[in-house]
Amino acid sequence: MDSFSKIQMTVLSMFSTNGRGRRREIHFADRVFYYLLKAIGVGILLLCASLIIFLYKAAEPAIAEFGWDFFITNEWDPEAQEYGALAFIWGTVVSSFIALLISVPVSVGAALFLTELSPKWLKAPVGFLVEMLAAIPSVVYGLWGIFLLAPFVRDYIQPILGNGFGFLPFFQGPPLGVGMLTAGIILAIMITPTITAISREVFRSIPDLLREGALALGATRWEMIKVAVLKTGVSGIVGAVILGLGRALGETMAVAMVIGNRAEISLSVFEPAATMASVIANEYAEANDDIDLASLAAVGFALFFVSLIINTIARFIIWRVESKSKG
Amino acid sequence: MQVKTSKASKTTTAANSLESDNSESKTILTIRDLNAYFGDFHAVKNVNMDVDANEVVALIGPSGCGKSTYIRTLNRLHEEIDGATVSGEVVLNGENIYAGHADPVSIRTKVGMVFQKPNPFPSMTIFDNVVAGLKLAGIRKRSVLEETVERCLKQAALWDEVKDKLKEPGMSLSGGQQQRLCIARTLAVNPPVVLMDEPTSALDPISTSKIEELITELKTQVTVIIVTHNMQQASRISDRTAFFYLGELIEYDETKQIFMDPKEDRTERYISGRFG
Amino acid sequence: MVAATPLTVTTAVKQEFGFRVSDFRRFRSTAMLATIWGFSLAAIIPLLFVFYFVTSKGVGGLNWDFFTALPAPVGQEGGGMANAIWGSLMIVGMAACIGVPVGVLTGVFLSEFGEGKFAATLRFTVDLMTSVPSIILGLFIYTILVVPMNGFSAYAGAVALAVIMFPIVAKTTEEVLKLIPDHIREAGLALGIPRWKVIISIVLKGSVGPVATGVILAVARVMGETAPLLFTAFGNSFWSESPSQPTATLPVAIYQYAISPFKQWHEQAWAGALVLVMIVFFANLITRVIMRGSGVKRSR
Repeated sequence: MDSFSKIQMTVLSMFSTNGRGRRREIHFADRVFYYLLKAIGVGILLLCASLIIFLYKAAEPAIAEFGWDFFITNEWDPEAQEYGALAFIWGTVVSSFIALLISVPVSVGAALFLTELSPKWLKAPVGFLVEMLAAIPSVVYGLWGIFLLAPFVRDYIQPILGNGFGFLPFFQGPPLGVGMLTAGIILAIMITPTITAISREVFRSIPDLLREGALALGATRWEMIKVAVLKTGVSGIVGAVILGLGRALGETMAVAMVIGNRAEISLSVFEPAATMASVIANEYAEANDDIDLASLAAVGFALFFVSLIINTIARFIIWRVESKSKG
Repeated sequence: MQVKTSKASKTTTAANSLESDNSESKTILTIRDLNAYFGDFHAVKNVNMDVDANEVVALIGPSGCGKSTYIRTLNRLHEEIDGATVSGEVVLNGENIYAGHADPVSIRTKVGMVFQKPNPFPSMTIFDNVVAGLKLAGIRKRSVLEETVERCLKQAALWDEVKDKLKEPGMSLSGGQQQRLCIARTLAVNPPVVLMDEPTSALDPISTSKIEELITELKTQVTVIIVTHNMQQASRISDRTAFFYLGELIEYDETKQIFMDPKEDRTERYISGRFG
Repeated sequence: MVAATPLTVTTAVKQEFGFRVSDFRRFRSTAMLATIWGFSLAAIIPLLFVFYFVTSKGVGGLNWDFFTALPAPVGQEGGGMANAIWGSLMIVGMAACIGVPVGVLTGVFLSEFGEGKFAATLRFTVDLMTSVPSIILGLFIYTILVVPMNGFSAYAGAVALAVIMFPIVAKTTEEVLKLIPDHIREAGLALGIPRWKVIISIVLKGSVGPVATGVILAVARVMGETAPLLFTAFGNSFWSESPSQPTATLPVAIYQYAISPFKQWHEQAWAGALVLVMIVFFANLITRVIMRGSGVKRSR
């Protein structure tokens, strides 16, 4: 009703010549412009909706066939037509966890360096390098991972961990280089710029007045950072870390190239594994029967769904922190 | 009320109260040839000043005259700004705080500071805000902390308002309460000198008068150096007043003298509102 | 008294207030600050390694043939990645034709008409689009384009990349346009210029540089995207006769060469990687120069 009368008004104004005709013309052009832009916006929302619908449709046969068991069994055997995604979920969770374990202290440290410690002349170059870290294509990290990082992990890191902590189930088995640990390290490198950039924004938005307040109470420089910066910015850091997690979950190529691609669950991070993203990358183009395609699409749908939730949470937290610091 | 009595005790001569006799006998801060810079900019020029214990000293002058920079040199906070430097001597109880071996961190526990805007730590409760300085110094004994919180909040005239909600965040208080919380936080580390950088400029008149009252009460325990834009405030609460202009200390004398009969022409013109 | 006992301020504090000497605190502070330095060094060291190895291993493979020849069959010397380079340029070019206008107009909408529920929803959606895993977008385009069109094609690849590009462009455009103060718009409107003209000829024209940086960054970003092309453009060892055929791209070719067992192919992969890294490096350098001092936040 309301929109109908609006249209009516618009149509009427097109034909009206009396009085302020020129003004109406202007308004008409403005309205056309507005609705053109809005139409693009609607198109984007539709695109997003169709993304969800089509992904679900592609996955539906597998979900119909296996039900929820799909996500809690770890048989993945195209020959036997058995599909269960647990191994990939495991691989995604563990590799992302390793990535966060390494990346969080490094990223928060780098962000603190850039906001609290760095001499002025060093800020721009270090900031630029961290941004470059985000810009390097995933496939280049993968290439570097296969030929340099994986051998390095095999020859140095795995023997050290194996000798020192080999009694733990996490560090057992032969050092292969390729595997969960290497994938986690590559992921850590790739999510570091994300976490750094957002933590940096968070720290920057903390007023200097708090830092001076801490110093005036007799805090050392580190205590000032701890009391005025880290404690104040903690929810922003959490948002940054969750956003980094979202990035790690969906990262595909570099992981596919170094994780070894084996659909098995092992406690040891030395063993090859596979993630949800990496199995799609490796098998989708070669999958030829319907249930195989559908199963991979189901993995994709689950990945999409999880990353949607994770990113929504992260952005909500960051948005709240930002609006708080403004208000 | 409080204000008037303290001013009266200044003006009456022979029959001074004992306590103000004692306080005026001891110089707590001696500032000699103090210069402060921001890079090449000479913000504070060659200031010499003596401050007696248990006095309130007001620093007045037009904005940008260097008075804020000046008090930030007294707890070595000025040097935290990129490119900022200081030369000269600030002698606190016989020790030069700019001596080579002096540690800014310890100095700041002896010279506390209250800022223009209230700055309680947003992540901390009221309780934790008050004892933040003690905790930094490694004091963790519950009984000591509790005793300090009560004492300092009482000194800051905030105890009655917050005693039932010590576990609530410091940011939940009103602006004036936050500023008194910051004063309590400063007092908790027992500094003999407290610097205040326009502590009421962000507050409403009622909160302002509460803080002014508080400052005159605090005089019995600490020496207060306060920067203010408000000349009425300076005349109400201070014992001595220093007038800064373009980075120089133009005149420093008893408040009454400054306001009634300044020696310098520039002071008089500023006081009478003819510039600045 | 002062002369007789040369107290340091620290000890004076200790005596007066019973504070412990802050030696431990000072040590801990120094140690933690050193750790922070160390962490930020650790953050950029991998980048230096990647740069170093990509350059040292890739520079040998960069020659005339690399840019002009087709891949040589296994076992033969030489060959290049001309088809993949051309394919990448074509696909990214097509993607930009879709992604840039959509992105800019979306950004304009969000900045100029950004109030209200619809705009908020759109803004949130665009934000989320930047973080949808790119492999998922590949899957999506596969189901809506590759399957109906009965085959992999450069078109499908271009659409997939366009979907990645437009949110990046939109976010930068929005940020940039928001920096233009309202009184400039009002000045235009007060002169009787219609709003759409104010937006295009005053607001948008005034920030062409920063908007362009968003475009450059988005182009550089999709230049290196591999995952969404795997099952859209797919790949090809030869020239594609038309964009409706499977088409080789630089990143996909690097991927395929990298996981192959052949040494010459590895060399080609490194050379290709060097080309990609150089592209993103210069794109970032240029944008940094353009953006310097403009106060625009980079989109995440």
